[in-house]
Amino acid sequence: MHEDRFPGHKFLPYILIAPSIAVIFIFLIGPFGQSIYESFFVSTPFGTRTIYVGLRNYIRLFSSPDYLNSVVATFKFAAFVIIIGLSISLAIAQLLNQKIRGVGFYQVALIWTYAISPTIAGVIWASMFAPATGLIPYIVSKLSGGYTMNWMTNGQLALFIVAAAATWKMLGYNIIFFLAGLQNVPDEFLEAAQIDGASPWKAFWRITFPMLSPTTSFLLFVNMLYAFFQVFGLIDIMTRGGPGNATELLVYKLYRDGFIHLNTGFASAQSFIIFFVISVVAIIQLRIVTRKAIYFR
Amino acid sequence: MTRKNRHEILIHAILIILVIVLAFPVFFALVTSTLSFQESYEYPPKLIPGNQFMNNFKDAWERVNIGRLFFNSTLISVVVAIVKTILALLAAFAYTHFKFRGQGLLFSMCMITQMLPLPVRIIPTYQLIATFNWINSYYALMVPFFASTTGLLLFRQFYMTVPADLPDAARVDGASPMRYFLQILVPISKTNIAALFVIEFIFMWSQYLWPLIVTTTGEMRVIQIGIKMLLASEQIAPEWNVIMAGTVIAMLPPLIVLLVLRKSFVQGIAMQTTK
Repeated sequence: MHEDRFPGHKFLPYILIAPSIAVIFIFLIGPFGQSIYESFFVSTPFGTRTIYVGLRNYIRLFSSPDYLNSVVATFKFAAFVIIIGLSISLAIAQLLNQKIRGVGFYQVALIWTYAISPTIAGVIWASMFAPATGLIPYIVSKLSGGYTMNWMTNGQLALFIVAAAATWKMLGYNIIFFLAGLQNVPDEFLEAAQIDGASPWKAFWRITFPMLSPTTSFLLFVNMLYAFFQVFGLIDIMTRGGPGNATELLVYKLYRDGFIHLNTGFASAQSFIIFFVISVVAIIQLRIVTRKAIYFR
Repeated sequence: MTRKNRHEILIHAILIILVIVLAFPVFFALVTSTLSFQESYEYPPKLIPGNQFMNNFKDAWERVNIGRLFFNSTLISVVVAIVKTILALLAAFAYTHFKFRGQGLLFSMCMITQMLPLPVRIIPTYQLIATFNWINSYYALMVPFFASTTGLLLFRQFYMTVPADLPDAARVDGASPMRYFLQILVPISKTNIAALFVIEFIFMWSQYLWPLIVTTTGEMRVIQIGIKMLLASEQIAPEWNVIMAGTVIAMLPPLIVLLVLRKSFVQGIAMQTTK
């Protein structure tokens, strides 16, 4: 651990962290505690009174087919965004991490989707896939000899298209981090493997991939947060949870129950469940990082 | 042609295809934004730009007051990115250069915020903003975002690598901690500051859910919601040409920030992933 560089300044560190701690307390930790508390209550229809109901909000959630449907859709969506997104990004980063001319150009030309907001990704993809009139349904219909691609009526197709749009937007971010991670893998390791006669494919899985695991697990966490929350705008623009409730992800259901139906207790219980899921993934991520850090020391 | 050359050409070919495929949706949006309404519904869909951009842009501007929304988004993104950077610099300085009681606990508290994104505390945060009478104000759009774990980690990682001689020499010379911070530490953090600015600017520019619930009037909305309003204002068929004109404008600022600060941004990320 570090030393105290400025002994004798007892109060200064507290003053330095005070603004951050104040914001965290007032807007993050406080409301989070309050949210757990509210998850044990229901409010009367006009919000005049709240009634303690114990775990009833949670029981109601887990016995609601709509909620379970939303859980399944969210996991499908997140699995797509994470698995497909990270695989493609890693492959592209690996291509970029070679000694070829024009790397600087390719780097810029492949990472910029990071600057596209989920909402904008949503509106562009919605226009490309617009049923009957959009470009992609046109191409699909030409190639397949008349198949009409309509995601306003086909739930699974809708989920696939919103997931593809969300993945596209996130590629730039993932490539930036994978590339940074790849550049930290020492060349000597890979050269040694080459001398030992390992194929590039084998060298990648035996050396590069394990050494990347801190980056990969970090990206896993960030992409999960993204797939769970930040895609709200994309869903709101593209499908509003439809058709039916095929693309009603947890965050969208939470918004509807909390802010459209004004069911605060019910929505607070949903908040807590989401927190629980994040915590589990975060703990797994932390374990991967610490284990690997020791392994390579 | 040598084998190595052929290999390189193949990589170039793959990369160029990837660049084109990734850029295609934005290219398509750009083309659509230049077409007239009729052209945008022609079959087969057009992939050659027209000359109607200014008309579409004017329509979008009038329909949802894009100028005002653009201003709001720019204001909140710049202010939040700057305030977050300052708070993160101060906190990272405290955690790496001082020893104080409760340090570990207070640091964990900053870290735990990563686990508390808006949706896990959205209703009480909204109620709190309502108690403050901040609904439909810039305060509501900005203040809850001021704490930054990303920034704290970014600067902390860097400050832990700063040689001890630097603060020690400053102290021996009689410089106060704040003087050392402002005249030495902040200037050598330039790359990280730029990287954080990019991250936070893009993060704020993309906000949608929070502005949607805490703003209630047209002039307090942000540009992301403007896009939604353009989409929703249609009666029969979406006027994609007008919507895309708004969209093109809405995607420019974060792209410009990323491109201008690209070098520092990539370096900052690289420093972060080095263990």
